Amino acid sequence: MKVSLKWMMEYVDYRGSVEELAKRLTMSGSSAESIEYPGRDIKNVVVGEIIKIEKHPDSDKLLVTIVNVGDRALQIITGAHNIKEGDRVAVALPGAIIEGGIEIKVQNIKGLESQGMLCSAKELGLDDHGLPEDMKSGLLILPEDAPVGNDIKDYIGLEDAVIDFELTPNRPDCLSIVGMAREAAATFNIPLTPVSINLKEESGERIPDKVNVTVEARDLCKRYIARIIKDVKIKPSPLWMQRRLQVCGIRPINNIVDITNYVMLELGQPLHAFDYDKLTGGSIIVRRGNNGEKITTLDGQVREISEDTLVIADKKGPVALAGIMGGAETEVSAETRTVLLESANFWGPNIRRTSRRLGIRTEASLRFEKGIDPNLASMAAERACELIERLGAGRVLKGCVDVYPEPVLPGKLPLRVDRLNALLGTEISKEQMVDILRRLEIEAIEESDQTFVIIPTFRADITQEADLAEEIARIYGYDNLPSTLPGSIATCGKLNRNQKLVDEIKQTLTGCGFSEIYTYSFISPSAFDALGAPEDHEIRRIVKIINPLGEEQSVMRTTLLPGILEVIRFNLNQKRESIRIFELGTIYIPRQIPLKELPVEKRRLGLAVCDENLDFYYLKGAIETLLLKLKIRGAVFYPGEHFSLHPGRTAKISVDGEIAGFIGEVHPDVMENYGIEDKRAYVAELDLDLLLDKASTEVKFQPLPRFPAADRDVAIVVEEDVTAGSIMETIKEAGGELLENVELFDVYRGNQIPEGYKSLAFSLTYRAKDRTLTDEEINRLHSNITEHILKKFNGRLRE
Amino acid sequence: MKQELINLKEEALRALETAGNLEELNDLRIKFLGKKGKLTVILRGMADLKPEERPAIGKLANEIKEILEEKFSQKSLELKEIAKKERLKKEAIDVTIPSKVALGHKHPLTLVLDEIKEIFLGLGYEIVEGPEIELDYYNFEALNIPKDHPARDMQDTFYITEDILLRTHTSPVQIRTMENRKPPIKVIVPGRVYRSDEVDATHSPVFHQVEGLLVGKNVTMAQLKGTLITFAKLFYGEERMVRFRPSYFPFTEPSAEMDISCIACNGKGCRVCSYTGWLEILGCGMVHPNVLKNAGYDPEELTGFAFGMGIERIAMLKYGINDMRLFFENDLRFLEQF
Repeated sequence: MKVSLKWMMEYVDYRGSVEELAKRLTMSGSSAESIEYPGRDIKNVVVGEIIKIEKHPDSDKLLVTIVNVGDRALQIITGAHNIKEGDRVAVALPGAIIEGGIEIKVQNIKGLESQGMLCSAKELGLDDHGLPEDMKSGLLILPEDAPVGNDIKDYIGLEDAVIDFELTPNRPDCLSIVGMAREAAATFNIPLTPVSINLKEESGERIPDKVNVTVEARDLCKRYIARIIKDVKIKPSPLWMQRRLQVCGIRPINNIVDITNYVMLELGQPLHAFDYDKLTGGSIIVRRGNNGEKITTLDGQVREISEDTLVIADKKGPVALAGIMGGAETEVSAETRTVLLESANFWGPNIRRTSRRLGIRTEASLRFEKGIDPNLASMAAERACELIERLGAGRVLKGCVDVYPEPVLPGKLPLRVDRLNALLGTEISKEQMVDILRRLEIEAIEESDQTFVIIPTFRADITQEADLAEEIARIYGYDNLPSTLPGSIATCGKLNRNQKLVDEIKQTLTGCGFSEIYTYSFISPSAFDALGAPEDHEIRRIVKIINPLGEEQSVMRTTLLPGILEVIRFNLNQKRESIRIFELGTIYIPRQIPLKELPVEKRRLGLAVCDENLDFYYLKGAIETLLLKLKIRGAVFYPGEHFSLHPGRTAKISVDGEIAGFIGEVHPDVMENYGIEDKRAYVAELDLDLLLDKASTEVKFQPLPRFPAADRDVAIVVEEDVTAGSIMETIKEAGGELLENVELFDVYRGNQIPEGYKSLAFSLTYRAKDRTLTDEEINRLHSNITEHILKKFNGRLRE
Repeated sequence: MKQELINLKEEALRALETAGNLEELNDLRIKFLGKKGKLTVILRGMADLKPEERPAIGKLANEIKEILEEKFSQKSLELKEIAKKERLKKEAIDVTIPSKVALGHKHPLTLVLDEIKEIFLGLGYEIVEGPEIELDYYNFEALNIPKDHPARDMQDTFYITEDILLRTHTSPVQIRTMENRKPPIKVIVPGRVYRSDEVDATHSPVFHQVEGLLVGKNVTMAQLKGTLITFAKLFYGEERMVRFRPSYFPFTEPSAEMDISCIACNGKGCRVCSYTGWLEILGCGMVHPNVLKNAGYDPEELTGFAFGMGIERIAMLKYGINDMRLFFENDLRFLEQF
């Protein structure tokens, strides 16, 4: 919220700098985001009176004026025509600086000297929105009583300092000049000037005869005050008022509307002015809307009203969206003669809902949403009426209609000094606490040996002890609180088993040359088609976001593949030759559709390689390394299928018979769907939870072998579709205890090997734990194994 | 015969000089000292000698043999040395050619989180996690944010159903932890969170937070300050200035923001800190009594503090990263810098 320093200083006796004010208020809870200095750079512009106007001899468009600026008369040429002799105008003297830093000099215009410049509103940095049309295109004409020779900055109040505060939602009371003055008074411990209102109510007529207010929706409208102003004269409000509204971010419109906005900014209570003559039956009904009702709001939009929209209606229908925006039909206009002024209190949550549903946020709705003190309404109405009288905008009728069935009373809380100190870790005396609270207008009272504090109704955010603790602490100064460590709560900080393993996985994979990626958890529903997933595949059972940012990010992922493939594509587009990546990510599996309870969240490990020099076995090697690191022994890779992968280059991975994931080359169709051409990529997706489960963290030492080992090789020629893995499994089975290890050391196709066959060469290591094996023993076992595999795989020995 | 032996010795020594490599040397050894070599041939003539001449000739023959063998092995050593030097010379490689071993890189968010974890583990905190898809109850209601609370505007939420949503902060894990454990509780909670913010340089619909919670007897706001100042000094350096400002979170009261003096300008004021000299680092406060009650704790008996920070923001400040999108784009040229 923007706060004008000049305005605020009407309510608090602050004499320091604006920078200090911003800094200290930030430290007491009102965060100052920026400071602006409107009008600061404007110099040497004064009020002048036009004495004489003549046509420029050499131009039809220009006028030559003689202007009295107090101590002298100047000849000034102007192109504007909205002036007459006797008008008071803003005169930029020679050497003056106007808005935008432009310097005004004496200059020759078509043969005549111009000793300065007559200014438009814009040239003074003023918003011309609330000015008459001729002043928008021409010069700013000042009131007849503007003092000639005076600095325009003083006269209009052009120069100000404006602090933009970012206020927290618990402090709606600070959304006003007076509210911020109160904060300043408490923070600096300086006097607050109370709001004093001097209302004359000259007219003899009484309000209740003129207006009939009915509040039907009592739960949504706690209070409704109506006042009537007669003989209204709609005109621009005075420049000082326009200027204040402008620097606080509100456009001037006309005197009545400006006054309602002025009071809202000053006191925090939104007001609304209706054209009384346009209210059917002179009645105000505060009620819930009826489905099908419509209203055209001030911004010209037609709004649909529903049953939970709170409206202000007359006998005919809705005339305003309560607390949000008035209707166009009853808008105050140049023809308005009588105004009904509304100062009401609407229930925040309802205003918030309606404002969200209709997508309208106004200064009024912003304040109502957060909750306003209902006791503020009467003061605000009076303040507005006072200004109406003061500005000669109309005659205020005596009295008001005030529907306020359940007045809100101040709250009361015990002041437990010890508890407060215990929570804060301080030793603040009771006297000091009471003083701090007093500065916040929270008064302490003694009642039957106990101290209580009375919470004013504008502080609805203070409901319990912790709230008092914050008030005391923030005025005492957070920086003045002591700083200690919670030594009494001594605990041991330690990673658990899985947290350690996850760290190790990341460590291992980066050691293998893979870099870690983080991708979004939501993907596009079209990703499943791009992956080639069958229509009824379980991967398509997904958790959907109701209000996604876009279709592309609307479902929670059930696989890491889309994110990984996107990252491959992205990096290929950056001309990367070698891509090795991994991601530890969560996938989300619904237990039922539609969702009735939280879905299952599973952790996955995705890996990918895309590099001309690296193949399937490189990625497999990384996974094997990882399995080794996790001491997972029962892992098996076997040929498998996956819709996204090359049918001949896919393996499933199982651990102790449970599926742990897959690995393979990405299917060319899928590559194409992801816009990747002429490249091969290898991916794997593993069930991280299963890996963590199967990982072994305990180590039991095995004595080193005491007897020598012996190696024997065998090369066997088999048909292409026989896998090395199956032969090795068979060798291990047949070898039994004495076979320590078997390794594949050569795969050969070509000379001497028939088409459709391959030669696989294995090295077998034999060893007994308790003796040295004899050649005879080894040869017998080796030939048994050889025969067994030749028979089983229909192979022959390679010569 | 004696002359023959002496001639042989001279001849062998001359030949030895000419040997250029180990092979030639070996050939010479066979020629002179081998089983069928010249010395053997001469010694075969011993049989024709008179018995009294034999000892002297025999002695001479042995002396010559010893001398020659000595010379041969000397020469052999020399030649080996030369051969080794030549080999080493030939084997010289261009050590400036770049290697091909690749090192992978952890994501910068992992690195930052690891550093934060390390500090809090050292302070005795455990690490706990919770679900990313949450019940409205844990994300809002139990944290003192009822429906229609204006604070819900602070966090634009992705919904799955009316009651199920993508958590907007890691704070729901506070409630889950308090429900599942007995005090004292001393945990940090890292995790992924979601808000429906359009992507730009400082916003992402997916980001990460780390949350801290300490609940026990006599926990004070002074301890909150002490803990976070310790963290800030360990993470950002001893010279960092720290300040606490009042703020508002529905689930803490009193609430605060912690700022550190700007890393870029050391508090003088610059573009990074919007010319304030301070950087907002984390939000914190004393656990709201309503939150303690919602978790089944008695606020008269137990108090606690909580804090939370955005990991992306911390990483951006730490590494001088100016665009949040980089974290999720996964450009390897970015990732490989860490």
